[in-house]
Amino acid sequence: MDGVIGFFEKLGPNLEILVARMPQILDGIQATVLATALGGLLALVIAIVFGIAQVAKYAAVRIAARIFVEFFRGTSLVVQLFWLAFVLPQLPYPFGWRLAPLVVAVLALGLNYGAYGAEVVRGSIGSVPRGQYEAISALSLSPMRGMFRVIIPQAWALMLPSLSNLWIQLLKGSAIVSTVLLYDLYFRVEQVRDQTGTWFAFLFALLAYYLLAWVIVIIMNALEVRAKHKIGRGPALSKSWGMLFRAPGSVVKGGALV
Amino acid sequence: MPDNADNAGQPGIPHIEFRDVVKKFGDNTVLNDLNFTVAKGERVTLIGPSGSGKTTILRLVMTLEELTGGYVFVGGDPLQYEDRGGKRQRVPDKVRRRTTTQIGMVFQHFNLFPNMSVLENIIEAPLHVMGLSKAEAIPKAEALLEKVGMADKRDFNPSQLSGGQQQRVAIARALAMDPEVLLLDEVTSALDPELVGEVLTVLKDIAEETDISMLIVTHEMQFARDVSDRVMMFDEGRIVEEGAPEKIFSSPESQRTQDFLRAVL
Repeated sequence: MDGVIGFFEKLGPNLEILVARMPQILDGIQATVLATALGGLLALVIAIVFGIAQVAKYAAVRIAARIFVEFFRGTSLVVQLFWLAFVLPQLPYPFGWRLAPLVVAVLALGLNYGAYGAEVVRGSIGSVPRGQYEAISALSLSPMRGMFRVIIPQAWALMLPSLSNLWIQLLKGSAIVSTVLLYDLYFRVEQVRDQTGTWFAFLFALLAYYLLAWVIVIIMNALEVRAKHKIGRGPALSKSWGMLFRAPGSVVKGGALV
Repeated sequence: MPDNADNAGQPGIPHIEFRDVVKKFGDNTVLNDLNFTVAKGERVTLIGPSGSGKTTILRLVMTLEELTGGYVFVGGDPLQYEDRGGKRQRVPDKVRRRTTTQIGMVFQHFNLFPNMSVLENIIEAPLHVMGLSKAEAIPKAEALLEKVGMADKRDFNPSQLSGGQQQRVAIARALAMDPEVLLLDEVTSALDPELVGEVLTVLKDIAEETDISMLIVTHEMQFARDVSDRVMMFDEGRIVEEGAPEKIFSSPESQRTQDFLRAVL
C-alpha cells in the first residue's frame, strides 16, 4: 500500500523496519560521508591548484589548466564514474587499474566538482582589490610570495560561500555512486523502499541528506567566519556562535547580521 | 638644493630620469615624449588638474604601468626597458625587482594587507625581500612605528585603525625597506579633513630627517610648498612650468598655472 494514506497507516510498522535496517543504513551514511568528505577534500586541492594555475604567468600553464577545467566541468559526472569504474580496468597495461568503488567515487566527485571549484578560486583571486597587487609590487615581493601570503588569504574568505554551495552539491551528487557499486545512503534507502513504500523511504532520504547538508553548512560557516575575522571583516568565531546557522555568505557588520 | 638644470654638467647621474617617455592607455595618449630628471635627495612635487598624467608618472616609476615608449631610469638602472645594441628590450622581472627594491610608494588608499597585523605588514618585505631576520626586522619596525606615532598599535589589524592611522602605517611600511626614492601618490586624498594633518606632519618630519628623494603628487599646496625643492606644473601630459615652490606659488609665469592655482588655493 502506498500514497499519503498508506504512509500514515503504516507509519508504525515502517519505523520498526527502519530501526531494524539501521545498521545497513548507518553503513550507507558512512559511505556517503566518506565519499563526500574525501571527494570534497580532493575537489578543494584540485580547485586551488587549477584555480591558481589559471592565473599563472606562463601561457602554457594557463592553457593546460583551462583545458583540464573545461573537460571535467563539461563531461557528465555519471559518465566519468562509469569510465573510472568500467572502462579504466579494460585499458591496456599499465593503465588497467581496477579501483575500489570508494576510490572511483572520490576521484570522479573530486575531479568534477574540483573543476567547478577551480572557477570559484580563479574568480575570487580576481576579486581581491587591485591595490593589494600594487602594494605587493611596490614592496618588491615576488608574485609567488604575494600570491600565497597576501592574495590567497583574502581570496579564501571570498571563495568560501561558493565552495560551501559546491560541497553541498557534491553531497547530493554523491547519490549516484551506487551505480558503481558503492553502497551509500541512497542505495540503502532503495533497499528499505521495497518493504516500506516510496513515501516513507524517500521522506527519510530527504531528511537524512538535509541533515548531512547542515553539517557541511556549519563547518563551512565556521571557516568563513574565521577567514573573515582574519582579514578584519567581522567578529571572531568565539564571539559569534550564532553565525554558524545562517545562510552562507551573509554580510556581517559589527557583529550583527545584516 | 640640487638644481635640475645643472645635472647635465655634473658627473653624478640623476636619481630618476624620464627619457622620451610615452604612455598611452589604448588610443588615449597620457604622456607624450616626457623628459625630466630628479636629483639625489631632491623633493619634486607634481601639480596640475586631474587627468594630467601626474599619478601615471609615479606609477611608471613603481613599474605598476607598462611603459609605451621611451625609458625610465632609477639610479642609472633602466626599469622596464633598456637600450641594448640600439634595440629597446624588456628588462627581466628579477632584475627589475632588484631596482624597484630601492623605491617605496605610499598609495592614496593605503593598500595595507588586511590579513596581517600592523607589525606583520611592516616586516613582510624586510624579511622576505631584504632577507633580514625577525630579530633585526622587528626592532626596526617598532622604531618606525614610534616615528609615525603608531607604536601602541603594532598588534592591531588594519581594519581597526582610522584612515590617518592606516596611512601612517603604510608610510612606515614603505620606509622599512630603506628606500632611496619615495613616491607619494595623493596620500591624503582619501582621508577625512581632520586626519590630513597627522599624515602630513609625519611626512614633513621624514623629509627633514632623511635625504630620500621624493616624487610627490598632492592637492595639499601648503604641504607642497613646505617640502618641495621643485614644483612641476603638469597639463595634458606636459610640463607647463617648473621651478622653486616660492616662485611657482607666488609668481607663476604661465597662464595655465595661474588659472590652476587660483582654482585650488
